[in-house]
Amino acid sequence: MNEHAEHSLEHADHPGYGTFIKVWVALLILTGALVGVSHLGQTYAVWGLLTLTPLKAGLVFYFFMHLKYEGPLLKIVVLVTLGTLLIFFALLFSDVAFH
Amino acid sequence: MSEHVHRDDFGARLGMWLFLVTEIVLFGGLFIGYSYMRYKYPVEFHHGGAELNATLGVINTLVLLTSSLTVVLAIVAIQRAEKKQAMVFLGTTLALGLTFLVIKSFEWAAKFHHGLYPNAPHLGTLPPGEQVFFGLYFTMTGLHGLHVIVGLSLLSVMLWWVATDRIRADRYIHLENSGLYWHLVDVIWIFLLPLFYLAA
Repeated sequence: MNEHAEHSLEHADHPGYGTFIKVWVALLILTGALVGVSHLGQTYAVWGLLTLTPLKAGLVFYFFMHLKYEGPLLKIVVLVTLGTLLIFFALLFSDVAFH
Repeated sequence: MSEHVHRDDFGARLGMWLFLVTEIVLFGGLFIGYSYMRYKYPVEFHHGGAELNATLGVINTLVLLTSSLTVVLAIVAIQRAEKKQAMVFLGTTLALGLTFLVIKSFEWAAKFHHGLYPNAPHLGTLPPGEQVFFGLYFTMTGLHGLHVIVGLSLLSVMLWWVATDRIRADRYIHLENSGLYWHLVDVIWIFLLPLFYLAA
């Protein structure tokens, strides 16, 4: 019951077309920037990859996938997953570093 | 028997997200594998990336980003009971998804033509690092391509359901969940672009 009340409340004020079109424009600009920095050399390309790509993914998750408009549970589910991947990543590279 | 139909849209979205995080972990494992191999074979990955057509990769990125936008706009349209608009947006998404697959197939065909395909004799003559690069390239873009096909199938059903009023302003959770799947396919491609096409 509570969930239903919450649902209708949250859906009472939906974002309009404009919000998503702005996000899309931002995604196009970031893609252009990513391609741009990839031509500047290896260091810039790697930094571009490590910063701009997660930023783009974040925009899709937050706006297009409506995480902005969800409660804490779904946000936590996604963060725990990303955290787990990060731990595996760190474990692998800490192992590689000592070989 | 009463006419009460139990509905739990939040539960449905939670279920979809739980499935999506397993997809994130599936691709995440491949991304971690990629990182290690790129660390081990930096020069070979650079050469491998130079073989790929970055322009086609970027065009496909723009195609998928736009298709993600049209899915989310279809949901806005359904919320406002603008059925025709929603159908136009969904139709556009399907067209863009097919465009992605056509571009991808041209790209793969060109690679095959140059003797670059899994287990190809020519591939065997390349340095081990480049073989790993193309192995990951075909595995990851191939698995992604399968997801595009699944996503397009789901969205085709959604278009049909919007047309037949099974999806309406008061009931569109299936469209939302199919949209979530399509956005995840887009996010995976967002990572594939710099890892493969811009690696040179």
